[in-house]
Amino acid sequence: MDQITPQSLGSIQVSVWRSSGPGGVAAGDGRFETFEVPRAPSQTVLDVVTHIQRHLDPTLTYRFACRVGVCGSCAMVVNGEARWTCRTHVDKVSKDDRLEISPLRNLPVIRDLATDMSEFFDKWARARGQFTGSRTRHDPFEVVSPQSAERRQADLGIECIGCGVCYSSCDVVEWKPDYLGPAAMNRAWTLINDTRDQTNRERLAAVAGDAGCHACHTHMTCTERCPKHLPLTAAIAGLKRATTRALLKGEL
Amino acid sequence: MNTRAQAYLWFAQRLSAGLLGFFVLVHLATMIYAVRNGLSAAEILSRTRGNTPWMLFYVLFVLSVAVHVPIGLRNILAETFAWRGRGLELLVLAIGGFFLVFGLRAVWAVYAPGAA
Repeated sequence: MDQITPQSLGSIQVSVWRSSGPGGVAAGDGRFETFEVPRAPSQTVLDVVTHIQRHLDPTLTYRFACRVGVCGSCAMVVNGEARWTCRTHVDKVSKDDRLEISPLRNLPVIRDLATDMSEFFDKWARARGQFTGSRTRHDPFEVVSPQSAERRQADLGIECIGCGVCYSSCDVVEWKPDYLGPAAMNRAWTLINDTRDQTNRERLAAVAGDAGCHACHTHMTCTERCPKHLPLTAAIAGLKRATTRALLKGEL
Repeated sequence: MNTRAQAYLWFAQRLSAGLLGFFVLVHLATMIYAVRNGLSAAEILSRTRGNTPWMLFYVLFVLSVAVHVPIGLRNILAETFAWRGRGLELLVLAIGGFFLVFGLRAVWAVYAPGAA
């Protein structure tokens, strides 16, 4: 059997979004620039972007950190769909040996492939994504049974890495820029199911209404695209049920 | 409009959607029955005039439409044209009022003896 070498794999044409000017430009200001990148075994999209920056154009701006799908830094739009690039193999997403890579949608572009995630994370805070317990460091630990229904609900959404793929893929975020988005509401839903938290009433008020769970159209693109396969739409549906119960009890 | 009112609107739209699902099915089945059996307008009116259960059915149908349509339109206009505020709310309220008034007028026309 012949040994597979990078040379024998050929190359791939990669169109990369480049900002037309430095710093703070809108996503629309720029153009695609094409590079030819040599193929390699098990090559990821992040490998491709890194190759371009290290060997073809050192001015290319992008963001990454862990390279193993933990930090949530490297998400980009690849061939039309938002993906975590460090865990996306070129083999699986390239079409006719071509890749098109652009920054995440629904976020301001800082430069090239790097987006400003401030609004994305500010919305986590707006959805009361902070845990507020009742005990101090002097009290014993509060025990949460792993078998309890609430804990199992929280388990479903707890592995979010904050990559912004769901936010970039969400039509409602595009239509309503103040919409909290799937990740922030998934965080809120895990806390609603955290029996130790003391601020669920305020949290339900924060995630209700036109900018919150009631604006979700259940398109389920977030759930389909989430690289961690979290049931984001189900989390938002859970918030709809919880807010409606609170509304009917006069607690919203 | 505050968050609580927005949540009420969502709930009202869900509730009216559930009712409309039932009303539309019954309405369509009745229409198909009437057409397939060749009922004349006079024969249909003879069944609906003074028929209080049918009148109540269609009053509830009209009420559900008058609640459901403006809330949905409000969402569509807000998402499509980034339109918010009082003007949007007054417009959809007027559209809801239009459906309510003309819908109830139609119900009265087939219910009240000697009307229409």
